[in-house]
Formats: sequence, structure tokens, C-alpha cells
Amino acid sequence: MKKLINTPESVLPDALAGFAAAHPELTVDLDARVISRSARPAVPKVALVSGGGSGHEPLHAGFVGPGMLDAACPGEVFTSPVPDQVLAAAQAVHSGAGVLFVVKNYTGDVMNFRLAAELAAEEGIEVATVLVDDDVAVEDSTWTAGRRGTGATVAVEKLAGALAERGAPLAEVAALGARVNAASRSFAVALGPATTPAAGKPGFELPDDEIEVGVGIHGEPGRRREPLRPAHLLVAEVVDTILADHHLAAGDEVIALVNGMGATPLLELYVVFGEVHARLAERGIRIARNLVGNYVTSLDMAGFSLTLTRADPQVLELWDAPVATPALRWS
Amino acid sequence: MDIALALAWIRALAAAVERHRDELTALDTAIGDGDHGANLSRGFTAVTAALDAPDAPEPATVGAVLTRTGTILLSKVGGASGPLYGSAFRAMGAPLDGPTATPAELADALAAGLAALRDLGGAVPGDKTVVDAWTPAVAAFRAAAPAGLAAAAAAAADAAERGAEDTVPLQARKGRASYLGPRSIGHRDPGAASTALIFRALADATHSAGG
Repeated sequence: MKKLINTPESVLPDALAGFAAAHPELTVDLDARVISRSARPAVPKVALVSGGGSGHEPLHAGFVGPGMLDAACPGEVFTSPVPDQVLAAAQAVHSGAGVLFVVKNYTGDVMNFRLAAELAAEEGIEVATVLVDDDVAVEDSTWTAGRRGTGATVAVEKLAGALAERGAPLAEVAALGARVNAASRSFAVALGPATTPAAGKPGFELPDDEIEVGVGIHGEPGRRREPLRPAHLLVAEVVDTILADHHLAAGDEVIALVNGMGATPLLELYVVFGEVHARLAERGIRIARNLVGNYVTSLDMAGFSLTLTRADPQVLELWDAPVATPALRWS
Repeated sequence: MDIALALAWIRALAAAVERHRDELTALDTAIGDGDHGANLSRGFTAVTAALDAPDAPEPATVGAVLTRTGTILLSKVGGASGPLYGSAFRAMGAPLDGPTATPAELADALAAGLAALRDLGGAVPGDKTVVDAWTPAVAAFRAAAPAGLAAAAAAAADAAERGAEDTVPLQARKGRASYLGPRSIGHRDPGAASTALIFRALADATHSAGG
């Protein structure tokens, strides 16, 4: 394992210290492991709190700032934060209008945030939760853990954050988050594995000419292994897999996220975006807004994910609202 | 079981987690995200540190030892195993409110731990989770309880290890391994494997204490 770390145990505190030094505009509590906005809102607003295992940077700490999250609580690598930590984040940013938890649908995240919501309720903090579960690689059924939360998290946090900034009440912000999640689907392909500092070895072995199709964001193997093929064929399959699940029709508009998994050159991500654009155009679907880059990563995994969020006038208007975070910023 | 034995159980468990840390990580790398060993190690290191701290309160009941263990796991481990094992130990501690516990009382406590696991995780036997080791262990413990604590703990440890081994051919329906679908078949569930350590540690501690 080659990594720019001091020890596997100190990765998170060391990275948080660096994040704090790089972003003096944010408040980083190194003991509680909570990143929050420094300025308190002039009037009470719904506070957005998200978190999850580390290793997905810039998610979530990179999305803390005006127009998006109020606080983030990163757990250990690929490990959800603990309830006390989530509670500390809620307490740090609660301003009287309630707190919205944005939770990716993983067994650990769901349980820890549920326990944190119970603790917050005991302290009189009103909490609502939006569960993100956009990954079509996982069959959704009552007999499984359900679909994973992946790239749609960015859209949910951006759009709900923009609505909260305008003073919308908790129920309305939560409903929008759920609506954005329901309008989003993702699918991911890995060209190479991820190595967690704790394990020190790749999550799977992959021959030079093979890819893992339907991977998640935790270095685990995907649904199946397939031969590598040219980008246009691979992207066509990814787009078609999403469309088969996502009732989009000719004339619809989408926000498209072509997301790098951590070790994929931007050059290749633009190749992918070009193919996505062309394939959707064939179906009469227009990409109204896009992001191309590393937003929801999986450590040093190579590959990409595609997220399509159906757009409507409200979604586009909230998407265009100003945002000022380390990883997403426009005015 | 008295308070000293409860403490010995937790210390034996912490040592077992440390010994099997890499094995748990390897199992989790195959069908999960490769951090089960590291997470439990972090949790039980914190548990033993808290129990051994000079200013640690002297536990007055068997349950206090288990509740304290669960609380620390809940606040240190994260992931799925933190809430699951944390809640299980807290649920086991709640009914054991005296300085000693009979094997029958301990059987009830272990069953309460299983109920907490099932309530929080929603898993049933056959889902390829901790429940697959914990369920046969509780049944074996209860069945052997009339023969005494040593016999019950040994039977439970054997049953938990068999239960963990029996997860190998199962397809996971809960937790991160479920995302692999049929590819989760052929691997021992890391959570069931660590549950087997919990019951083996109980058997070892009981054996060392002379039954």
C-alpha cells in the first residue's frame, strides 16, 4: 500500500487538521469531528446536517457553506459517524427551525443517524431525515438493505440547501430532498479497486482487461465482472441501465453528474460526459445542467459513476442559486 | 456470573478481537468494506481503557459492566457494528441488576441482546448477519443452562462458531454484503464471525474462572 498518510489510524484526524488549515472560513471541531459554518444565520433557518464514512471527499465536508450544508460529520474511512458526533453537529448548527439529516442508505448510516435523531429529540431539537438511495445496481426489495446512496447526494444537498437558505420550513425542505432523491438514479463502473488504509490491500483484484460493473462507493466488488470496452459502448450500457429504471422521456431535462471515483483523470471523465451527452441526445433527453469531476469518491478507486436527476423549473432554479462551499461554488 | 467474571469476559473479548483483527478485516474485505477488524479493535480498545481507568467507577452489578461496554461501543465504533453490538450489550446489561446472575438470568439477557440486534438491524436468521451466530448461541446456552454456566457458555460458543460457519453458503440479504447479490455466497459473514468471538470469550473466561 502506497498512501500519503502518517499511520492508518491517524488518517481522519490528520486530514481534518489539514482541512481546517485550508478552510479558515469554516469551523472545524477536531475533537467532536464536526465541520460547520462559522456564521450563525441572522434569522432561524432549517439546518442541513450530513455525514458518512470518510473516503468520499469532497463529500460531505466539502459541501459545507452558504447555499448547501450547515454541518458535516465524517466518520472513519468507510464507517458511518457515531450518534454522539451527529448530535454534536446538530447542536452546533441548530438555530430553532429544525435540522434535516441527509443520510445515504447504508445499514450503519441509517442506524447511527436514527440513534442521533432520538438523542436530538430528547434535547428538543426537531429532526427530519432524507434518505438517499439512488443506485440502480442494487435490486430494491424489502429483503435487502435497499439501494445505496451515491451521487444523488450532491443534488439533494445542493437543492435542499438552497431551499433552506430561503427560509422554507423543515417539512418543505425535507419533502424537496425526498423528491430530488426520487427523481435521481445512479450507476457506477470501476476500472480498478480501492484500498482502505486499515486493510492495506485492494478490495478486489482486477485483470488489466476487465472492469467491475455496478460498484458502490466503498471499494466492494460490483454486481458482475465484464471485459473492458471502448467508452462509447460502456457509457451506452450505463445510460441504458439508468434509463431502464428511470422513467425519462423524450423532451425531459436532466442534471447530469459524471463523477470520478478518485483515481480517474478528468480527461477521461470528459470523454465519458461526451458519450453521455450523445446517448441522451439520441433519446431526446437534454442535459440542462452538469457537473464533471470528483464529487463522491471511493478513495483511490478508478472509474466513474453517472447520476441523472430529472429537472423541472423549481429544481433548475434552486440549482442555479448561489453556493459557496469548498467543492461547489457559484454565484 | 459475578462482576469479576463479567469484567473477565469483556477483557477476554477485547483480547480476542485484537488477535482476530486481521482475520475479521480479511472476511470483510471479501464481501464488505474491509474495516470490521479495525472498527471493533478501536471500540474494544476504548472499552478496556475505560474499564481500567484509575477513576473508573466500580461496577455494582453484572449488568453495569455490560451496559458500560455497550455505551462505549455505541459512541466509538460507528458503522453498523457499533450500533448493533452497542445496543446488544446495553440490552443484555439492563436486566442483570444484581451483583451476580444465574445461568437462567444470563440466558434471558443474551436473548434480550439478540432481540435488540433484530430490532435495530431488521435481520432474520438466514440473512447472513450476526443474527445467524447469535440465534443458535442463545438457544444452546439456554438448553445447557441447567448444567451450569461453564457448560452453557461452552455450548453457546460451539453453536455460535457453527452458526458463523453456516453463513458461508448463504446469500446476504442485509448489510453491505447484500449489494454483491449471489457473489456474497461462499464467504463467512464477518459479523457472524465476530459474534462467535463474543461467545468464545465468554466460554474462555468462564473456564478460567473455574466454571
